[in-house]
Amino acid sequence: MNRIQQLITANFDRYDGKDIEAYIRLGGFTAIKKAVEQGSDYVIDELKLAGIKGRGGAAYPTWKKWDAGRRRVAEQKFVICNADEGEPGTFKDREILKKDPYKVIEGMMISAYIFGAKKGFVYIREEYWDIQKTFKKAIEKANEAGYLGEGILGTDFDFTLEVFSGAGAYVCGEGSSLIESMEGHAGRPRIKSPRIGEKGYLGYPTLVNNVETLAGVTRILEMGASEYARYGTEKSKGTKVISVSGNVNRPGVYEVPFGVSLREIVYDVAGGVENDRPVKFLQLGGISGPLVPGSALDTKYAYETLDEKGFTVGSGSVVVVDDNNRIIDYLVSVSDFFYHESCGKCTPCREGKRQLTRLLKKFVDGTARLEDVNAIEKVANTMKHASFCGLGQTAPTAILSALKYFMPELWQLVEEGVHENVAEGEWK
Amino acid sequence: MNEYSQIDRVLQRYHYDSKALVNILQEVQETCKGRYISEATAEYVAERLDVTKSNVYEVVTFFAALREHPVGEVLIQLCNSTVCKVKKNIEVKNALEEALGIQMGETTKDKKFTLQYTTCFGACDVSPAVRVNKVVYGNLDRETTLALIAKLRREHCE
Ligand SMILES: Cc1cc2nc3c(=O)[nH]c(=O)nc-3n(C[C@H](O)[C@H](O)[C@H](O)COP(=O)(O)O)c2cc1C
Ligand code: SF4
Ligand code: FES
Repeated sequence: MNRIQQLITANFDRYDGKDIEAYIRLGGFTAIKKAVEQGSDYVIDELKLAGIKGRGGAAYPTWKKWDAGRRRVAEQKFVICNADEGEPGTFKDREILKKDPYKVIEGMMISAYIFGAKKGFVYIREEYWDIQKTFKKAIEKANEAGYLGEGILGTDFDFTLEVFSGAGAYVCGEGSSLIESMEGHAGRPRIKSPRIGEKGYLGYPTLVNNVETLAGVTRILEMGASEYARYGTEKSKGTKVISVSGNVNRPGVYEVPFGVSLREIVYDVAGGVENDRPVKFLQLGGISGPLVPGSALDTKYAYETLDEKGFTVGSGSVVVVDDNNRIIDYLVSVSDFFYHESCGKCTPCREGKRQLTRLLKKFVDGTARLEDVNAIEKVANTMKHASFCGLGQTAPTAILSALKYFMPELWQLVEEGVHENVAEGEWK
Repeated sequence: MNEYSQIDRVLQRYHYDSKALVNILQEVQETCKGRYISEATAEYVAERLDVTKSNVYEVVTFFAALREHPVGEVLIQLCNSTVCKVKKNIEVKNALEEALGIQMGETTKDKKFTLQYTTCFGACDVSPAVRVNKVVYGNLDRETTLALIAKLRREHCE
């Protein structure tokens, strides 16, 4: 099995992101043509055969979401590309947006065609301001070339596209918060039911998809689902674009077939660990994901094999941490992040993050006691089960996995009462 | 009045559409002295868009990219999230503070430099990284950080 594949990323470095002619020469816009010619049942069947699941983290089958969405009747409908990419350790959408913007635009056209939307937004995080500029240019060119606007491809399909800039809030990656911010409010999650698929932007049905999902859809229609499904495993078909970072020799964005092992990702794809040190743990799927101990490196990177062990694909990030790092320092930095990013709307998350941060710091300054370990577990579980949105529910994931795999190291801190201080972050 | 006419220009570009408030404020901020949304600016925008002042304040306080306080000419934001921590951002922090003679969260007396921590901005492949007025510099260590400050001094202080 080849450890690196280029399906979704096939166009990387093969054209200048703004050159629509070059994109067309590389086979661009054949996927939307197929969709328009063969109809929406065909597209849904292809996505089902390809088995693609949402790449924003939740891994919900794309065909199911689209199939339910296309049946909803409404005066207006909207599609949104979620390019808010805020999970620390994750930067794969950045590369897709930068190196093949038209594949994402084409994916949005397909989603709009199936869903029945005439208007779409690309919600790009503020930190990617340069990509926002490129995207605006790319959209302009697509308008001029007649791929956006009215009567696209000589049919009655109308679709226009606009860029919206995020403003530095992780929680806005969550669909309903994203929409709140697009309506001129602070980005706090909405109470579920109705879901945004029924009542989203301005109260109309809204389909939100991740950047990679949309690029993947384009590629699947382009090459044919049965061809795409030849890659990967039985239950995790195709490929995944991953972001590898931390203590590795070649951090970066890579596309791998599902089914490679974590060891292959670290050593073959990313060039091994810096200074040949052992892997202490990985964090998979962003800062909201679990820690994977070095002893589990032979686990295959696929939904079924990761799920079985309580791990996750999530956002597709792989942070590699070597044995020079203390588990407690990593946990403090995870907890600082959530402390900063919780929107404060619900009590379990707002109070839980405060408690967790306080408890973890006791381990750092050497005042932690036996009962503090139990307290951490209790608070973490309450947050996981009682928080209102995905942020609070997943904030304690890393901590809970550390309790599972790194208990001896945490015990040692209790026993020794280490007196050391990590640099404290002052946030806004 | 000059500042207000700049604000009006932004508002016009967005057709006074209050749905775009988050993006409007980001652009307005760039035109303001000290690059922040002052109380007066917030009130002016609220009035022109016909939304409540509390709506504008809430948005400003919620989003990290919108500031309630002025910053120096050169805003240096050091990532303090997981990957950058693992990649020893502490060395960068020490070098920044030493070279500028201020602590994280502070602005130099001459209002040229502001140092801040920030969360991950998606440059983890080049950790540890900073953003200098939004431009990313990565793979930093003590030497390259000192060189970066020297370059910024030449560009902004001479
Ligand atoms: C706190 C939080 C942050 C999220 N951030 C992102 C993000 O940055 N990008 C993204 O695509 N999805 C993010 N999601 C997932 C989205 O809510 C949503 O599931 C996704 O955009 C749907 O697209 P997909 O089905 O194509 O994955 C986030 C969810 C939560 C709860
Ligand atoms: S879980 Fe956290 S981020 Fe989500 S609504 Fe509650 S307080 Fe806000
Ligand atoms: S963790 Fe620092 S840029 Fe991502």
